[in-house]
Amino acid sequence: MNRRMVFYTTGQIVLIEALMLLLPVIVSLIYRESCTSAFLITIGIALIVGGSLILIFKPTDNVIYAKEGFLTVALAWMSLSAIGALPFFISGEIPSYIDAFFETVSGFTTTGASILTDVESMSHGLLFWRSFTHWVGGMGVLVFVMAVIPNVSDRSIHIMRAEMPGPIIGKLVPKVKDTAKILYLIYIAMTLVQVLLLLFGGMSLFESLIHTFGTAGTGGFSSRADSIASYSPYIQWVITIFMLLFGINFNLYYLLLIKRAKNAFSSTELWVYLTIFTVSTAAITANILPLIGEFSSAFRTAAFQVASIVTTTGYATADFNLWPELSKGILLLLMFIGSCAGSTAGGLKISRVIILFKMLRGEVKRMLHPRSVRVVRFEGKQLEENTLGSVSTYFAIYVICFFAIFLLLCFEPFDMETNFTAAAACFNNVGPGFGAVGPVSSYADYSAFSKFLLSFAMLLGRLEIFPLIIALSPYAWSKK
Amino acid sequence: MKITVVGCGKIGSTILANLVSEGHDVVVIDNDPAVIEEMTNIYDVMGVCGNGVDCDTLIEAGAEKSDLLIAATGSDEFNMLSCFAANRLGVGHTIAKISNPEYNDKSLGFMQKQLGLSLAVNPELLTAREIYNVLKVPSAAKIETFSGGSFEIVELILKPDSPLDGLTLIELRKKYHASFLVCVVQRDDKIYIPDGNFTLKSGDRIALTATPSEIYKLMKMLGLMQKMAKNVMMLGASKTAFYLSKLLLASGASVKIVELDKGKCEEFCDKLGGISMIHGDGAHQELLLEEGLPSMDAFITLTGSDEENILLSYFASSQNVPKVISKVNRNEFVPIAERLGLDCIVSPRRSVSDVVVRYARALQNSEGSNVETLYKLMDGRAEALEFIVRPDLDLLGKPLKELDLKPGLLVAGISRARKTIIPSGDDVILAGDKVIVIAAGQRLGDLADIVR
Repeated sequence: MNRRMVFYTTGQIVLIEALMLLLPVIVSLIYRESCTSAFLITIGIALIVGGSLILIFKPTDNVIYAKEGFLTVALAWMSLSAIGALPFFISGEIPSYIDAFFETVSGFTTTGASILTDVESMSHGLLFWRSFTHWVGGMGVLVFVMAVIPNVSDRSIHIMRAEMPGPIIGKLVPKVKDTAKILYLIYIAMTLVQVLLLLFGGMSLFESLIHTFGTAGTGGFSSRADSIASYSPYIQWVITIFMLLFGINFNLYYLLLIKRAKNAFSSTELWVYLTIFTVSTAAITANILPLIGEFSSAFRTAAFQVASIVTTTGYATADFNLWPELSKGILLLLMFIGSCAGSTAGGLKISRVIILFKMLRGEVKRMLHPRSVRVVRFEGKQLEENTLGSVSTYFAIYVICFFAIFLLLCFEPFDMETNFTAAAACFNNVGPGFGAVGPVSSYADYSAFSKFLLSFAMLLGRLEIFPLIIALSPYAWSKK
Repeated sequence: MKITVVGCGKIGSTILANLVSEGHDVVVIDNDPAVIEEMTNIYDVMGVCGNGVDCDTLIEAGAEKSDLLIAATGSDEFNMLSCFAANRLGVGHTIAKISNPEYNDKSLGFMQKQLGLSLAVNPELLTAREIYNVLKVPSAAKIETFSGGSFEIVELILKPDSPLDGLTLIELRKKYHASFLVCVVQRDDKIYIPDGNFTLKSGDRIALTATPSEIYKLMKMLGLMQKMAKNVMMLGASKTAFYLSKLLLASGASVKIVELDKGKCEEFCDKLGGISMIHGDGAHQELLLEEGLPSMDAFITLTGSDEENILLSYFASSQNVPKVISKVNRNEFVPIAERLGLDCIVSPRRSVSDVVVRYARALQNSEGSNVETLYKLMDGRAEALEFIVRPDLDLLGKPLKELDLKPGLLVAGISRARKTIIPSGDDVILAGDKVIVIAAGQRLGDLADIVR
């Protein structure tokens, strides 16, 4: 195994993080806040850690395999979160390190679950950093690194595959580096458009940035305690639409760019995604109409909540904790389904759900006609046996992990609904759940152990389980 | 440059590897998903699974926007059609691998024109020519000719008792009054571009450039056998064997081929008059000895199995056959074969990928001085390139010693009109010259790039 390459790449990531930490430094300087020194100390630590990793583990060759890809991704994300948590802790605004770690993991994994009980008292620099982690984590830190560093290994596709969510990861153009660049350019362009639209709606630049980062990464951190509820309907609609847009597979945007709109619009996943959104919105609108009274407001609230949950963002314009059980049921289901593969969203991913259903149909058919031949087609292509195998394996391990997390959470003195949805919301990178972890409350009351467990759940969800499990198994690190 | 490669077999994957290392944007099309997965795992390329003749697949792969399409599947007909389709889609340049001897006669030009092919490559024919060149000067491990035949580049391995052992290059020039230039030396896996004070050692693999007549003279002075191999035995009636026999028979050599398949034997007898086909298993050493292996000038293994080729070549070397050449397709086996003392190894994959790489490089630099010829030396670790000098080059007329050459480069030959010059510091490059440059550790696309 090429251990040097794994640590070397991790070192590069940490150095990139040091670079990214300069942005909140600028923000805190503008607002003349005391947290500047916390950022500078963190940058120093990141430089030392990253620099020494790079110097000690200078690789002799850059040949890597799938295993190194998984390990790099797991290690990079853990060190990113560990270092990214330092500013909160050093500045003293989040006094406990485990809380700061939870908050940072929640940021990078674009979950948006928070332990803060009073967001509005946080300094601007820290709020900016918290939301910026969403933006970077959404598209992937290693993808970003691949786009910017000059010498990319021929085999870095393994890293990209381990970091990007979804069952099938393809390149847009022949080179990994160029693919990474295109993805980030699309991402940056969409981000800029949203910032402009929010500014147009009268939001301040700082808040526009915070909320755009939260939307783009499908994260969900806000600078206000009541999330998006107090903003104008225009802003709520802009955020609804952009949440939906960021939940679409980015490959489709590339197809649009190279004028192959026909291919983009023939994507099954896209249509299923839009159908799920429409049907859920319609159902919830009807369900909450008596509660709210006015149709346009009910529709807007329903659409916003559905978009927020299906893309696993986690913004809220209403306390859906108080909604009828049917609406809550639909939202809980959406948490698990998630959005399209190749987007910034979490969850099981719609493409996997479609494939699972198609496999299920084939399996039932085979019970009736034991000799029938089963072929699963998706997006116009026949899926190979090993892709199908990996989708069902993923589903199995997804269910196992979820219930393991849920079971461990049951040590907490909360009701079943709270614990179940807390596990679901963290594992699927949504953020708020129901009950005591609903959109207007926070995760502050959980014990340190549970916070650590939930941080782990968020990482599992974001990296799609396997990289972390592989990194934690001793076999992966043995020389054999 | 954007390049599409159709077919990822032995040949296709070698071409692919070389193109990727040249930094091109490569898309591969193959109908086997497992192959596509393997290629995208190892190389930084995009893979499309499908039929390379089908327009939909070609468009999905973005082939219509690529500058060059290379069809290298196992089927000649498929390659032709794929190139034809690509040509009609608007790809400027297409290269097809066409190896069937039936297509490689007069009809090739016709087909090439009708299909709009820029180049038809025949790996087996290229390999056969490479072997034939070596058989002309059997003491060389490899010999390549530059355009017009004015220069040749020869790779030699210095045997333990070589008269060159311990000589510096200056002493070498004084001792042998031949005009030649030692341009690359490989010692213990390291590549050197030597200067005058470089001391040669036995075991070195050296490459030298000279005119064909000087090489003849030098070989004679060094006491190396230089007579062309006249009695040649081959193992395996492959396509390479067919082309090589044709060349050898035309030059008056006697050729004996051992082949297991009776039908093949008959086919060769039918097509190649004067050949002697032996129907039998070449792995039987008894049979080889019976057919007079020890008295042969050269023994060439051309079967489809690398392992068999290597082992039987080793056997032939132990029987003191003066020249043993083995075809080894898998790159991983080449160092193993070299460790067994087999110094002359040919590979169709490598020959064909050299040609394709040269074409791609010339295409990319079509503005400047074109790469006329490109040969890989020392298993691809150094390159010999021939350029035609355009009149607008900056370094024209300046003595070579005043040029600030990049490290790892050497101007190894200049041919001007009918004159050939082994350049020294005072020589100059003029417009219209053909210049041979040796490059180690870098890729040259244009003559202008040799200076810093």
